[in-house]
Order: sequence, then structure tokens, then C-alpha cells
Amino acid sequence: MTKIFDIAVIGGGLAGCSTALHARIKGASVVLLERGRCGTQASGVNYGGVRQQGRHSAELPLARRSRSIWSNLETLIGSDCEFTVTGHVKLARNDADMAELAVHRTVLRDHGIHAELLGASDIRRRFPYIGPGYAGASLCAEDGHANPRLVAPGFARAARALGADIREQSQVEAIHVLGDIFSVTLANDPAPVKARQLVNTAGAWGASIAALFGDCVNEAVMAPNMCVTEPIAPLIGPNLGVCGGGIYIRQTAHGSVIFGSGLGTADRDALSARPIADVTRDAAAAAIAMVPQLANVLLLRSWTGIEGRMDDGLPVVGPSPNTAGLFHAFGFSGHGFQLGPAVGAVLAELCIDGHSPTSLHGLSITRFNRAANTHV
Amino acid sequence: MSAQDPIVVIGAGPAGMNAAKVLVAAGVKPVVIDEAREAGGQIFRRPQFELSRDDKALYGFDARRARQFRSDFAALQPAIDYRPETVVWSAEQSKLYLLRHGQPDVQRWSRLIIATGAMDRIVPTKGWTAPGVFSLGGAQIALKAEASLIGRRVVFVGTGPLLYLVAYQYAKAGAKVGAVLETGRPFADLSLLPDLMAGRSVFARGLYYLGWLRMHGVAVRTDVAPLAVTLDDSGNVKGLSYLFKDKTFEASCDALAIGYGLKAETQTADLLGLDFHFDAQQRQWLPTTDADGRSSRANVYLAGDGLAIRGSEIAAESGRLAASALLKDAGHRCKTDSVRHRRAIDMSARFRKALDTLFPYPSQIAAGIADETIVCRCEGLTAGTVRQAVHASGEGDINRIKAFCRVGMGRCQGRLCGPATAELIAASAGIDIAAVGRLRGQAPIKPVALGTLTNGPT
Ligand SMILES: Cc1cc2nc3c(=O)[nH]c(=O)nc-3n(C[C@H](O)[C@H](O)[C@H](O)COP(=O)(O)OP(=O)(O)OC[C@H]3O[C@@H](n4cnc5c(N)ncnc54)[C@H](O)[C@@H]3O)c2cc1C
Ligand SMILES: Cc1cc2nc3c(=O)[nH]c(=O)nc-3n(C[C@H](O)[C@H](O)[C@H](O)COP(=O)(O)OP(=O)(O)OC[C@H]3O[C@@H](n4cnc5c(N)ncnc54)[C@H](O)[C@@H]3O)c2cc1C
Repeated sequence: MTKIFDIAVIGGGLAGCSTALHARIKGASVVLLERGRCGTQASGVNYGGVRQQGRHSAELPLARRSRSIWSNLETLIGSDCEFTVTGHVKLARNDADMAELAVHRTVLRDHGIHAELLGASDIRRRFPYIGPGYAGASLCAEDGHANPRLVAPGFARAARALGADIREQSQVEAIHVLGDIFSVTLANDPAPVKARQLVNTAGAWGASIAALFGDCVNEAVMAPNMCVTEPIAPLIGPNLGVCGGGIYIRQTAHGSVIFGSGLGTADRDALSARPIADVTRDAAAAAIAMVPQLANVLLLRSWTGIEGRMDDGLPVVGPSPNTAGLFHAFGFSGHGFQLGPAVGAVLAELCIDGHSPTSLHGLSITRFNRAANTHV
Repeated sequence: MSAQDPIVVIGAGPAGMNAAKVLVAAGVKPVVIDEAREAGGQIFRRPQFELSRDDKALYGFDARRARQFRSDFAALQPAIDYRPETVVWSAEQSKLYLLRHGQPDVQRWSRLIIATGAMDRIVPTKGWTAPGVFSLGGAQIALKAEASLIGRRVVFVGTGPLLYLVAYQYAKAGAKVGAVLETGRPFADLSLLPDLMAGRSVFARGLYYLGWLRMHGVAVRTDVAPLAVTLDDSGNVKGLSYLFKDKTFEASCDALAIGYGLKAETQTADLLGLDFHFDAQQRQWLPTTDADGRSSRANVYLAGDGLAIRGSEIAAESGRLAASALLKDAGHRCKTDSVRHRRAIDMSARFRKALDTLFPYPSQIAAGIADETIVCRCEGLTAGTVRQAVHASGEGDINRIKAFCRVGMGRCQGRLCGPATAELIAASAGIDIAAVGRLRGQAPIKPVALGTLTNGPT
């Protein structure tokens, strides 16, 4: 008789690996199925921003929960993954931006997140390397950044050490529901994997998994265009962003400066993504405008990754409306790295406890059905 | 892509120049882009005008070919759109991104011939990052382009015909050659002699350099294993200790040149998403083409050492072949005799294979680099760090090991440390070298200042 797992997770990005770890911690038997290696897609190649500031209020409960896991990584997975609390500075281009930041500050406060508003002179005094022309900024001191290359593999290793069955090079081809059991067919293994509950954390491929169950939503792909420079002496303290999202910049402890702006191209069927040289040039110009000293620094590499994007820019997180025992978390729309640890914790709670103390209000897949209904 | 966009050749070495010549003969005016100030590629690299020395001293047996190349190129120049001192920093469908004198530019292309040549291949030895240690090609460039020597007493270590050539050129230029230390055993297998003879003049030249060096009292030792670069009190190189017949020796010098054959420059091919395969003989990943140099992507062709390491004469033949394939595909009438070029390449294949067998990349030496030896000099990472990343992760894909420990993430983007790192990973993970995979290339092809990218009109 083949083993029946409590939970099967499809997709070994950060969301899936964290689900596997948290489910094991709660004692469930878990199998994780990953097409390639854990953390090679969006979770392993992103910018590494770990910020709560600037998020839609629907994401803030998850972001808050995640933030507490981020500072506990050493205990949880045996590595801090270079998570550094540098603060996140969101710059305002003008007074309208400033007003928006002031409103956002109260939203953050409602979720227990503190942000400080800075004037133009504060910026000049505290961050003298930032270029001229900003009206002010919001500083969220407890935000920061981490090394994405280490995080999802770190969660996978910790989950495996606790007995999770992490199966890499295992592509899910088809799924059948037999009574109350999910039977998952793999491309490279004739024996199907069986489980009582199924978690869909397939990233940019999440909607195609959901569609197998009639949970049909539109998930586009996006490929943020990223750049990294040679290492330079410590210059930039916090993780920097700007209202409108034009450009984001951080400096790693190693000294390299990482920045992103605009989109490259991606083909999720071919599993390929490329930065675009024109976008890289514009990004370089925007980076120099924000931090003029970067003009003389050498660009070493550009890259991008494959990310799923929902129409409203918010992820789908929560149970399937059509199939009992099925849970989705995908379409993070360019900002799911910070959320990943909590997404896993919450999915494990939903599977095992049937509920979670963390609100997922506004993230259900059904929000798209409703929109479709009211518009018809 | 528009039919009005020009045909573009990247590289003005033997491959690129000969490709351009065939195109011109068919009435096409190609754009020829090369980073160097003058045409000639690696083999016919020229000294700056004011440093000019006579060709014979610079090129030895290749002097006549060097002169021929220059007069051919001079004749060709009015018929091509030549862009010297122009580097390609990114390549996309129908567009090349250029930098010239600090100004960015975009060159559109309808068809493209990539003839980007090769670079040195290195095996790190303990102490190799000290001042006074050069790559073999670097040593030769100093001589050819700057007419200067890397030292007064120079030791050459590595493998391959170029080792003897450069040692000879140094001796002729007045340096004392301390020793030539070869990791291969080129004279152990006489059964390859007939294949070597197929290379005719190239082989004869090789024998000549070797004989000349020996006659002039230079110690040439084969089957050695380098142990460590030894340093004087101020940290400069003072010698190389090595193993020979189970005994340790030291060759003293004030400069050391290291070269273990060549590695194809394939970043442009990589950026365009061309197919690659692992060539077991040359122990490197090479772009996949048909016999004439057609890549896996329509309208993109490859030639020369950037396609496979086969030397300058084959580079020239393959350049002609790629250009005639292009012309045929574009519906031009082409008078070039492809059959003859193909035959020339086939003939030399035997010779090349024999060379690759006699002068193999010393994979066991690379795999056995001592833990404390720096492998990735940009990031200051040791062999031990790479092994540790393999053991801790249980993985063996070079891009993953890079992600875990930063090997290959520095200024050289793995161009220098890649081959040795791959060997280290394969040995530590206990997997085949081909399974280690290939470091993914990304723009920029060479590091570029952010300010430079944004200069000029956008
Ligand atoms: C370039 C870039 C920069 C970004 N910057 C940031 C940032 O600074 N901050 C931030 O918070 N977020 C950022 N993001 C977004 C963030 O990286 C993603 O939202 C997050 O990593 C998504 O995690 P995931 O686990 O859902 O998806 P992924 O990491 O993509 O994981 C999904 C996994 O599912 C697997 N899979 C798919 N289909 C199958 C199948 N059929 N069978 C088996 N396995 C399958 C895939 O192989 C993949 O490994 C960025 C994204 C990109 C691409
Ligand atoms: C350092 C070195 C020294 C050598 N010395 C000798 C020698 O003395 N004798 C000998 O027989 N063989 C020598 N070789 C081997 C010899 O170079 C080749 O066999 C032969 O030159 C190959 O011709 P090619 O046209 O394929 O490439 P190359 O002659 O290397 O020409 C390639 C050209 O492409 C240009 N290029 C590459 N990338 C870019 C880019 N991104 N943008 C713009 N331009 C670019 C380069 O500047 C170069 O001029 C040497 C090789 C190297 C690497």
C-alpha cells in the first residue's frame, strides 16, 4: 500500500518550503514536489527586499507575521540568510507623495508597524548620499533585506531535517481527486503521490495548477529587471525605494549594490527569463539619480526571474472555493519574498488546524469570481 | 528584424576578417565590430605605433601571415563598416548594445557572425594571485601590444602549444626563460604522431620552438604538477615549486606565466540563447552549430575559436564557411568553395584532436587544488569554500554552488575561475563534469560603469 501523506505541497519556492517546514513542526507528514531545485525560481533570484512598508493593507497581517519569523531565522532554519535590519526608506518625489506616505503611516500603525516621516533636510542630514529633489520620505526602521539565494533552500533543508519528504526534479503533471484523497502524478515517477490535503504554491505556474480544479483566475507573468555592481565601500545604509516604485536600491554587507527598475522578459513555459538592455540602461540612470555616487561604479551583471502577477497586484492566499482540502498561495505580483515565511506558517495552520490567527481578508481567490459576476 | 538592417560581424581576428572578406566579395557591406584598436585578433595583436618592433621578433613564424593579414585588412577596410575600439556589452534579437569611447550605442543586425575568439584557461596554484603572476595570454599581450616583458627571468607553467610559443617569444625578446613546465605528457604517446603530422606546418613550428628552447639551455619538463608559487619577503613571486618524478623542485623567477590552453569566449552566444553542448575533448561548453557554423538560432552564425578552439588557420577557414552559409541562407549567390573549406577543417580535426589529447586540461590537478588555495580571485574564495558548499548542500550544479558561496559572482563573472571551479565541484560531488553544467552568462559581457551606460542620447 502506498503511503498517504497528510499534506502534499506543489512548488518548492519560499512559500512551499516554509509550508513544508511549518507543517512538520506541527507534526503532519509532508511531501513537497518541486520541478527543479528548491528556490531556483522567483524565491531564489529576487531583489531580496524584506519590507512591510508600502504594502496594500490586505497584505499587512501576513507581512507583520512574516517579519517576526525573519528575525527568528537562525533558530528556525539554522541560518539568518543575511537578513539585516537596515530600515527601508521610501522617498517622496513631491508633496502629493508625502501626503500619501502620511496616510500609509496610519495604515501601518493600525497593524502595529511603526514608520517615521522625514523631511527633505532630514534626508540630507541622515542619508547624504541620496540625490537632490526629494520632498521627504518614510522610514520603517524594522524593515531590511536578506540574501534570497539562501532562504528557500534553507527552509527546504530544515524541513527535510525534520522528516519532510522534499522531492526535487519532480514535476507535477496531473492531479486526480479520489474520494477525499489527492493523487498527484509526476513526470518522472510512475507511482502517484497521495495526500489528504494539497497546497498549491507553484508561483507563476500557480494558476495553471488551480485551473485543474476549476479555480480559474488570470495570472500574468512579470520579470523585474535586476542589476548588481562590483563591491564598493559601505555607502548605502537602508533599503531604498521611491513612491511610484520607479527604482529600488540596496547595498549588501558584501559591498555590492543591487538595484532594480522596470521589467525584463519571461517565458514561463520555456522556463526562461532575460533582462532587457534598454531597461538596464534606464535603471542605471534612475539609480544614479537616486544615488549619484553610483555613476562611477561598475555594473557586473543583470538578471531577472519569473514571477506571477494577479490583475489587482495582490496574491491569492487561502482555501479553494471548489475543492475541500485544497489551498492556494500564488501570484505574489513582485512582492512575495518578504511574505513567504508567514505564508507557509498560515497554510500549515489552515491545513492542520482549519484556521489561522492571521487574517487573509482580501486575498481569497473568490475576489475575482465576484468581480466577474458583478460585471456581467 | 528588417531586411535593411546590416549583416554584423563581431570580432576582427582571423575568423571575423575572413568572414567579412567573403561577404564583401559577394557585394555585401558588413559592419565589423572589435574591441581592439586595430584588427588582428589575439594572434596578430599589434603593438602601439610608437612601440613598433619588427614583425619577425613579434610573431616568429607567423610574421609573414601577420603582414598578409594587415595588407588584406587594409584592402578590405574601405568595403566594410569597421568599428574598432567598440565593445559589445549586450546582445538581443536584432540588436547589439555597444560602447565606444565611453559612449553607448545600439547596432541593429539582420544576420550576425560571432567571431569572438578565446581567452586563457587557468588552473589556480597556491599563491597565484601574487604580483608577478600573469596569464600566458597576458604575458604575450604585454609583449605584443606594449612591447614590454612581465619579468627578466620568467617561468612558464601549464599545457599546450602556446606555452612553448610564448616562451620562445620571450627568449627572443631578451628575457631569461627559467623553465617551461608542462603538466601534460606530450611525448609519451607516439601513436599520435601520424595525426600530428596532419597539422604539417603547425606541428613543425611547435617542434621548432621546443627544439630551440632546449638548444638554448631552457629546462623543459613535462608531466609536472605545480605545488605553489613561492614569494619573497615583499610578497612578490620568486619561484614556483612543483613535483616532478615524485621529487619537489623549485624554479626561480621574478615573473610567472600560467596557461592551460584556451577557453572560447561565448558570452554573446549565451546572451542570444544559443544551444550549447559539452565538448569532452576540449573539456568545455561550446555553442552547437552545423558543419558550416549555423547556430541553433536562425540568422546567427559562429566561427573561429569562439566556436571551438582550433587555432588561427581553422579560424580563418571557419570564418569563410560561416559567411558563405550566411550568404546562401540570405539567397545570395556565393562563389566560395564551401566543400574545400569543410575539407580543410576536417583535415585539421585529426591534428586538433591529437593536440587536445596530448595537452589535456589537467582536470585531476584542478580537482585536487589544496583547500587553502584561492580559486575565485574576485571574491577571494578558496577551494575549501567551494568544496564546503558542495558538501553542505549535497548539490553539484555550478549555478547552485555559485548561489550558495558566491564563486563566479565577481568582476570576471566566472570567466577566469569557471573551468577550475567546475572540476572542483565535479570531484567533490562525485559527478561527471558535464553534469556540473555551465555558468549562465548575463549582460554586461564585460563590466561597465553605470555612468557610461547612461551617457549620450537615450
Ligand atoms: C527579479 C525579482 C525581484 C523580486 N524582488 C522582490 C523583493 O524585493 N521583495 C519581495 O518581497 N518580493 C520580491 N519578488 C517577488 C518574490 O520573489 C516572489 O513573490 C516569491 O519568491 C514567490 O515565491 P513562491 O514560492 O510563490 O514562488 P517561486 O519561488 O516561483 O516558487 C514556485 C515553485 O513552484 C515550482 N513549480 C511550478 N510548477 C510546478 C509543477 N507543475 N510541479 C512541480 N513544481 C512546480 C517552480 O519550479 C518553483 O520553484 C521579486 C521577484 C522577482 C522575480
Ligand atoms: C591571449 C591569446 C594569445 C594568443 N596568441 C597566439 C599566438 O601567438 N599564435 C597563435 O597561433 N595563436 C594564438 N592564440 C590563439 C589564437 O588567438 C586563435 O587561434 C585565433 O586568433 C583565433 O581567431 P579568431 O578570429 O577566432 O579569434 P581572435 O583572434 O581572438 O579574435 C576575436 C576578436 O573578437 C574581439 N571581441 C571579443 N569579444 C568582443 C566583444 N564583446 N566586443 C567586441 N569585440 C570583441 C576581440 O577583441 C578579438 O579581436 C592566442 C589566444 C589568446 C587568447
